Amino acid sequence: MLDIKNLHVTAGEKLVLRGINLRVNAGEVHAIMGPNGSGKSTLAHVLAGRDGAVVTEGEARLDGKDLLALLPEDRAGEGLFLAFQYPVEIPGISNTYFLKAALNALRKRRGLEEIDAMDFLSLIKERAKMVQIDQSLLNRPVNDGFSGGEKKRNEILQMAVLEPRLALLDETDSGLDIDALRVVAAGVNAMRTKDRAIVVITHYQRLLNYIVPDAVHVLMNGRIIRSGGKELALELEQNGYGGIEQTLTTAHTAGAP
Amino acid sequence: MTGILDRKDHYVEAFSQLESAVAENGPTWMQEIRHSAISRFTELGFPTTRDEAWRFTNVGPMATIPFRSATADRLNGGRFDTLEDVPFPALTACRLVFVNGRYAPELSRGQLPAGGTLGSLAALLQTQPDRLEPYLARQAPLERQAFTALNTAFFSDGAFVHLPQDVVLDHPIHLLFVSMGSGEPTVSYPRVLIIAEPNAKASIVESYVGLGEGVTLTNAVTEVVLGENARLDHYKLQRESRTAFHVATQQIHQHRNSALRSWSISLGGALVRNNLNVVLAAEGTECNLDGLYLVTGTQHVDNHTLVDHTRPHGSSREFYKGILDGKSRAVFNGTIVVRQGAQKTDARQTNRNLLLSDEGRVHTKPELQIFANDVKCKHGATIGKLSADALFYLRSRGIDLEAARGLLIHAFASEMIERIPVQSLKDGIAALVSAELLARQPGIGRS
Repeated sequence: MLDIKNLHVTAGEKLVLRGINLRVNAGEVHAIMGPNGSGKSTLAHVLAGRDGAVVTEGEARLDGKDLLALLPEDRAGEGLFLAFQYPVEIPGISNTYFLKAALNALRKRRGLEEIDAMDFLSLIKERAKMVQIDQSLLNRPVNDGFSGGEKKRNEILQMAVLEPRLALLDETDSGLDIDALRVVAAGVNAMRTKDRAIVVITHYQRLLNYIVPDAVHVLMNGRIIRSGGKELALELEQNGYGGIEQTLTTAHTAGAP
Repeated sequence: MTGILDRKDHYVEAFSQLESAVAENGPTWMQEIRHSAISRFTELGFPTTRDEAWRFTNVGPMATIPFRSATADRLNGGRFDTLEDVPFPALTACRLVFVNGRYAPELSRGQLPAGGTLGSLAALLQTQPDRLEPYLARQAPLERQAFTALNTAFFSDGAFVHLPQDVVLDHPIHLLFVSMGSGEPTVSYPRVLIIAEPNAKASIVESYVGLGEGVTLTNAVTEVVLGENARLDHYKLQRESRTAFHVATQQIHQHRNSALRSWSISLGGALVRNNLNVVLAAEGTECNLDGLYLVTGTQHVDNHTLVDHTRPHGSSREFYKGILDGKSRAVFNGTIVVRQGAQKTDARQTNRNLLLSDEGRVHTKPELQIFANDVKCKHGATIGKLSADALFYLRSRGIDLEAARGLLIHAFASEMIERIPVQSLKDGIAALVSAELLARQPGIGRS
């Protein structure tokens, strides 16, 4: 479903991504792990179409479509969803109104009628229950005055209502206590289906105890330096990013003639 | 110099013509006030941009237009077919309509509960002038106020609202002032006097609309006296045509423990100047002043507010927001005076501007004059563009750029509108603001 080849990205003067290759199939959950400054968030932003980062080489395709040529709203139209690390506060627009505007925008792109008001209300009620979002938060302005945990749950609520084909979760676990983490993870797990792919970007292994990935990739200095199964996350947990780097260097030296 | 003299002469000459007509009708005290008003105007002339209070608002071009007082023979009933569509269908229960400043009884309806008075100033000046004498033209000062002086000299009619002690009105009173454009430039002088006796409570809407083509000048003066513990919600809604000039002064005098909530919403006009002056004349008074202005093209809007804390334990809140597009201009000047005796004053002022174009200009200036030492005063002003973060957030959810801009612009305005406590007014004003935004920028809509 998602196919990234040799992706190079600069931000300002700096080369942040230096040849990313990644393939995620429908039905899979991949985790991208890496230390601060490794380029994780840049990858998420570039895929979603945020200004400020420039692709200098390579490509990213969603179901064969050139993602990088599309406007952010058109990427969403193709089924991409980014759960923000720092969700934006928008005073003056109620959460419900925003969700409805977004859902109807996506439905319009797919040639569907606007959702019936009653159907919409029962939909968000059900999905809000799933991520344990209080009804009162639905009537409040988007993320305005929400706690850190409420903001992250609100991102998952949006994902649950908009039902993307490919969801990128950018450090959705940061700033969450263990209870909130469980709720968020349960929300994500409920979204796992055979035709949806999920990419979880995280610094810590902790989240992956609850969202068990099919594949783990380690991103360092703008490159994926190792890929493996869920056990790779545990190895990271034990040895840290430094340990992984060391293993690689040793392997390199050992393999040299 | 001669040019300015000529313009003044135009008004002074008009006054001498008017005088013979007025002399037969008005009581002597009113005639005296009118005389001193026109001589005050003769001394002052129109303000220029050298006058600090008019530094960014040039009325020079407007002052050269030979406006004629709109006359009664233009009150042709057939032209009001559209009036029902004008503002707030919900607000028809109690409504006084004035066309070019003159009372139109055939379009007006409703009355106040026993003891209250709602009616035409002209009629009252004839029948019960004694009721007006202590108040009319006593609140709004003429010093340095050329437009107030002109209104006082020339107004022929207006609205009188008298709320007796303890009366609580369930529905808003709507005072609707219609400027009728015609072939030649016309001026009208709406006048409003609101007296709320102790413990009275009411909502009053003044709306100013334009009908027909042509250049109009509305020079309005509203005087309000709030008795002890009285509560007034006052709405001023300006939405005249794009060729209209509008200068309005509201002068409010608050007695002990009274509370004023004011909304000033400016949506139309080529040049709009609002002077809102509130005197917190006794202890424990509160005022809350909200404002919203929308300008585009070459429109110019200027809000000058003055909150005068004269006694202890007064509280004032001021929150004005503006949206500018095109080459429009907005001026906000908020003066807060805290006099020596006004200890424990708590005053706050905020002005936020959303600039949608590169050519729009905002002049925003807080002016704090504090002569007491135990007070809280805060002020803040911002001028900004739409947030790139918020735009991206909306677009990442599939909302296209144009719609995302529209949503955010609406959100900026609706923060003000949400503060309106009466649902029918909130809905009515929200619809007007939406329509106005939509007209400016196709693609902005509220489903």
